[in-house]
Amino acid sequence: MNKDLICIECPRSCVLKVCIESCRVVKVEGEKCPKGKDYAVSEVENPRRIFTSTVSSRGLVLKMIPVRTDKPIPKDRVLEAAGEIRKIKLDRPVKVGEVITANLLGLGVNVIATRDCV
Amino acid sequence: MIERDLVIVGAGPAGMAAAISAYESGVRDILLLERDQYLGGILNQCIHTGFGLSYFKKNLTGPEYAHRFIEKIQAIDNIEVRLKSFAVKLTKEKELTFIKPGELKEIKAKALIMATGARERTREMIHIPGDRPSGIFSAGLAQKLINIEGLLPGEEVVIVGSGDIGLIMARRFILEGAKVKAVIEIQKQSRGLARNVVQCLEDFKIPFYLSHKVARIYGKKRVEKVDVVEVDEDLKAIQGSDFSLECDTILISAGLISENELLESAGIKAGNISIPGLFVCGNAYKIYDLADSVSRDALLAGKQAAEYLKGLG
Repeated sequence: MNKDLICIECPRSCVLKVCIESCRVVKVEGEKCPKGKDYAVSEVENPRRIFTSTVSSRGLVLKMIPVRTDKPIPKDRVLEAAGEIRKIKLDRPVKVGEVITANLLGLGVNVIATRDCV
Repeated sequence: MIERDLVIVGAGPAGMAAAISAYESGVRDILLLERDQYLGGILNQCIHTGFGLSYFKKNLTGPEYAHRFIEKIQAIDNIEVRLKSFAVKLTKEKELTFIKPGELKEIKAKALIMATGARERTREMIHIPGDRPSGIFSAGLAQKLINIEGLLPGEEVVIVGSGDIGLIMARRFILEGAKVKAVIEIQKQSRGLARNVVQCLEDFKIPFYLSHKVARIYGKKRVEKVDVVEVDEDLKAIQGSDFSLECDTILISAGLISENELLESAGIKAGNISIPGLFVCGNAYKIYDLADSVSRDALLAGKQAAEYLKGLG
């Protein structure tokens, strides 16, 4: 089976011609950098996304602290992750990169702050 | 009137890069003015990734991208940062008036860099007929309300125009538990990047209507519904193709316009600046797709300002 994918790794948005056999990528064409092939394989076999959101705070200078996962999470768990993040009330100062929630949903990824809030 | 070597208006991706570049090119007296209480400008509300791929070879969020510049600026003593400082008047002699809480200041700049960014197109600019209820937001305003203020503007959203901020906000509303009924784009192609159509709309199965426009907005107090109609090659409505969508919120994502009110008030044309020592960079100069490109443009402005000051001796 052949499938066209748009690579989301960078703004160039390359159109990838992907050849798939029994749910496995066997050939990729159209990528302008090595990330394209990795993206195609991941997108077909195990699609993942970096998840970004905000957490609300209590008694800090910022009302909302932006956060991200330190690694991509399975695409079909993103909405669940969003629900989990909404439950958090942060009440301690954080620095960029500091872990806010470890092992989100048991996925082996951490939620980290993307802005200083001290 | 106090005279400064280099004054920069705006501390977003353009102003911050310009300040660093000017310092690295030898300027030792830099005043960086920012109207907000933080450095970073709009980057602070752009919590999604996609920043820094070309500038830092890393996939960063907006606040992380800003952080790298902020750390650098704070380490340079020669850059004086003034927050909550809003420039309100400019003359052709590069005299700048700005207000900060409880104070009105006037300074004269030997060199001046305008890094004032952009504004969003509004409903009025894209001519959507109908009622004028509450619930109509520009995409960037909704982004600020959610990501900075922690307020969700509505529950059922229709997005007009497919600019990148609108696409990003479609996903953001979904992640905050709202419904996005549709994104409506009058052109045949998305205005925003294809990667954003994939990861913001297709990932969440949000209906994307190309060659369609919102024909009318309805609502007494709050937005109640919109009429949508398909358009032909000449962007004229196709009879009989119309349908309605119920919604309580409309986002307008129809592109950005360079912000040059100060220049214009001084009688200076932004596209043709002939005043020695005055520079415009970033989105104030032209609308870029990427913050990375804004910063690169600003590096050049910082360097040119430094060369101009060297020439003065």
